Amino acid sequence: MTVVATLPLILICVAALLLIALAAVALSRSESATPLVYGAAFLACLTALATALQHLLAGAAAAEIVLPLGLPWLGAHVRIDALSALFLVVVNLGGALASLYGIGYGRHEEAPARVLPFFAAFLAGMNLVVLAADAFSFLLAWELMSLVSWALVLAHHRDPENTRAAYIYLVTASFGTMCLLLAFGLLAGPAGGYDFEAIRAAALSPELGALVLALALLGAGSKAGLVPFHVWLPLAHPAAPSHVSALMSGVMTKVAIYGFIRIVFDLLGPPDWWWAMILLAFGGISALLGILSALMQQDLKRLLAYSTIENIGIIFIGLGLALGFGANGMPAAAALALTAALFHVFNHALFKGLLFLGAGAVLSATGLRDLEQMGGLIHRMKVTAFAFLAGAVAISALPPLNGFASEWLMFQAVLISPDLPQWGLKVMVPTAGAMMALSAALVAACFVKVFGIAFLGRPRSAIVAEAKEVDRFSLAAMLALVLLCLLAGIFPGLVIDAIQPAAQMLLGGSLPNQSAQPWLSIVPVAESRSSYNGLLVFIFIVFSAGVTTLLIHRVAQRRLRRGPAWDCGFPNPDPVTQYTADSFAQPLRRVFGTLAFQAREQVEMPAPGDTGPARFRVEMRDLIWETCYAPIAGIVDVAATRLNRLQFLTIRRYLSLVFLALVGLLLVLVIWL
Amino acid sequence: MAVIGDLLVQFAQMLVVLGLAPLLTGFVRKVKARLLRRQGPPLLQPYRDLIRLLRKEAVVAENASWLFRAAPYMIFAATWVAAALVPTFATGLMFSWSADLIVIVALLGSARFFLALAGMDVGTSFGGIGASREVMIASLAEPAMIMVVFTLALIAGSTQLSTVATHMIHAEVGLRVSLGLGLIALIMVAIAENARIPVDNPATHLELTMVHEAMVLEYSGRHLAVIEAAAMLKLLLYVSLIAAMFLPWGIAASGAGPAAYALGVATYAAKLGIGGFLLALFEISIAKMRVFRVPGFLGAALMLALLATLLMFMTRSFG
Repeated sequence: MTVVATLPLILICVAALLLIALAAVALSRSESATPLVYGAAFLACLTALATALQHLLAGAAAAEIVLPLGLPWLGAHVRIDALSALFLVVVNLGGALASLYGIGYGRHEEAPARVLPFFAAFLAGMNLVVLAADAFSFLLAWELMSLVSWALVLAHHRDPENTRAAYIYLVTASFGTMCLLLAFGLLAGPAGGYDFEAIRAAALSPELGALVLALALLGAGSKAGLVPFHVWLPLAHPAAPSHVSALMSGVMTKVAIYGFIRIVFDLLGPPDWWWAMILLAFGGISALLGILSALMQQDLKRLLAYSTIENIGIIFIGLGLALGFGANGMPAAAALALTAALFHVFNHALFKGLLFLGAGAVLSATGLRDLEQMGGLIHRMKVTAFAFLAGAVAISALPPLNGFASEWLMFQAVLISPDLPQWGLKVMVPTAGAMMALSAALVAACFVKVFGIAFLGRPRSAIVAEAKEVDRFSLAAMLALVLLCLLAGIFPGLVIDAIQPAAQMLLGGSLPNQSAQPWLSIVPVAESRSSYNGLLVFIFIVFSAGVTTLLIHRVAQRRLRRGPAWDCGFPNPDPVTQYTADSFAQPLRRVFGTLAFQAREQVEMPAPGDTGPARFRVEMRDLIWETCYAPIAGIVDVAATRLNRLQFLTIRRYLSLVFLALVGLLLVLVIWL
Repeated sequence: MAVIGDLLVQFAQMLVVLGLAPLLTGFVRKVKARLLRRQGPPLLQPYRDLIRLLRKEAVVAENASWLFRAAPYMIFAATWVAAALVPTFATGLMFSWSADLIVIVALLGSARFFLALAGMDVGTSFGGIGASREVMIASLAEPAMIMVVFTLALIAGSTQLSTVATHMIHAEVGLRVSLGLGLIALIMVAIAENARIPVDNPATHLELTMVHEAMVLEYSGRHLAVIEAAAMLKLLLYVSLIAAMFLPWGIAASGAGPAAYALGVATYAAKLGIGGFLLALFEISIAKMRVFRVPGFLGAALMLALLATLLMFMTRSFG
């Protein structure tokens, strides 16, 4: 197969996905629809994945095709270059494994007709966003992705919470698309060249450039879940079926990041240094607030959704650093920061997909999302527990899995930044670095809580004690992701090399070739400065653990007796004596929550002699909702109430209103001309 | 030849840290006891304790999972690998380039991750309280440590520990405010991470005051021996780390002759002795604090370390 054929092949895959969506509408009544649709989607994504990977690894040149669709004078431009090939890999990898998982998980779906067609269309939409090479088809694909995912959020529409989530998602998504529309309007300029090639050639004034940046932050940032535009995300992601949640959190947020990179790094032209400050501030705040909110959750899927916000924050810190270096003419450093961000994009797609699939496995085995009802699942669902543990280790940035490798690169990028000339960045970068370190430690705390409460300990409800391991397809999808997390962790150089063409294209600089390094180390700048070898660290850990285990089992007393738990001599068999998710987070809530959420604890003790129970209440406030969204919602509400009177006028009043409006508009027209 | 030498040093180092760790713990206990006018246990008591634990049968709670039994080995391995990467008596360790200071911090983070999970595995209230408080302490101590690493990396121009140690000996580093702040922060982190007074009490058996001991409450026999050994290694690691980064004098360079190695070993032993003595002195002269005072203590460490890093960022433009 020659390289030239990549783009048509991927387009065929996308077309196949759209056809699958149509076929799913027709098929959805039949029994066999679920395995057929997911199986076909799996194959289509796998083909697209292989093709994009081949394009990426072969270092093939960009290819563009103009399809006779869309606006007649524009056509639909589709293009594959290094950046889009990279994101095509992310999209189709996530898509393929979510489809594989769906073959098993989808059987539990009560109304498959509400999921199947939209699932395939969602995959097609995300592919199309990444492929689009003109503003019109980009926005069309973006809107397709948004609307179809909205339909998926509404899959279980009888739950009022889901309808509310879908409503908020719809409003935010429309607002985001509107911002992107305006951004592209500005980029296209008065001549209206909507082709990306024309946009790249045009130059914007610095003020307009800053405006486009703000609009891109609002549009793509709200889709990615950047604080404070994130409010829809923790509501909508958990509401969808779990493999769709995995796609929304693991992949769709990455497509949003693709949109942001495409606009700001590719189309917008040379950046100003202070843009980096804005990105660093948004990124740092998202990282910290995201993970703190995650720590306070008891709903497993909502917790994972908040943790996505944290990871998006980390990625935006990387992008901010890349912009800062790029604006100061340091292409190698900028390439390092962008590589760290893109590596984290890839990693997050892997482990967040894995964790959501794990949450879905727990959900289908027990019907529960509430951590407080779980416990001891490691005994009942051994493989799921193992996979979830691997995901938790990876997301907590512990070596030798992949999360650590990208975090390490990010820290290396921070350590180059004293060379930046601007004082603003000199203060901002170490602060963002500290926020990143703080959030990394909090992530570990958060996932100790999740795994410890859900999978360890004793069952907290009867249904959990009877849980059964999930089907083979779901397990295969999760184990494949575990394997990928390990491989990306111990061979980070391969992923970094695959990212370099994109960095070269966007920033004109790249890291040294990593696969040429001895022992497969990664060396971002120079060996004297820093290097990391995931493979060796992995071998060391396995070796020393193995030697210790062998020696101890040879030397020491090997007898092992099972007995009741010790618990300082007062074991209580009641599972409610265990720590709960809420009590686990209490110390952290006291340390950070009093500031971030205005957390207040109240203890109501009964009067002495009264045998009634004491009560403990925690109040937390969502400050972002209260300060940013509640006022807007209030204004809309008041305006709607006032305007409500217009519904009950007589016909004469309506006619006079129409007349006045017409006269007013004509006057405006006259004055304007 | 040089490779074989380095490899030998690397393996010697792995064995040295393992062999010395219980001795350091015994030394600290002995000094503490003598300062309190007690006789104290013999210096070699920790070795005897470990051997005694290894001889006993392991009692495991009925509902403990495989994680409970595997965790001690994972904790030990992660701590051991981290300790083996810190130069003790010689720099130029064979594998020092495979992992830098950030990796060492993360390896200790892995050990803690599994320790906290092991504490929650049986589902007792003490395990939960220990794990919950441990992650609270770590959530502040770890970023403080990363910030100290940043400060040193900016001074030495590298995150490799061997390079940092070499730079600190040879280059004209001089007295810097950042270094001082970083050292104070690192000591505070070390005290918290090793569960020493005033953050935690390694000798306590009052359940409500313990963090580390609460997590390992369910362990016995060989599992407990491995976990105890890991805790001793961690103490040694922090003393070696502070010595290698802030007092690297006397450390043998890569490929130096036997005399240099002998000098390195002697100075290393002296540094351990001084470190252990100061720790014991500090521990007897301060009372344990309430658990919710700990965030203030560690928050101060984080702020000091952040200040040190910010100063480095500022001064780089003049230097």
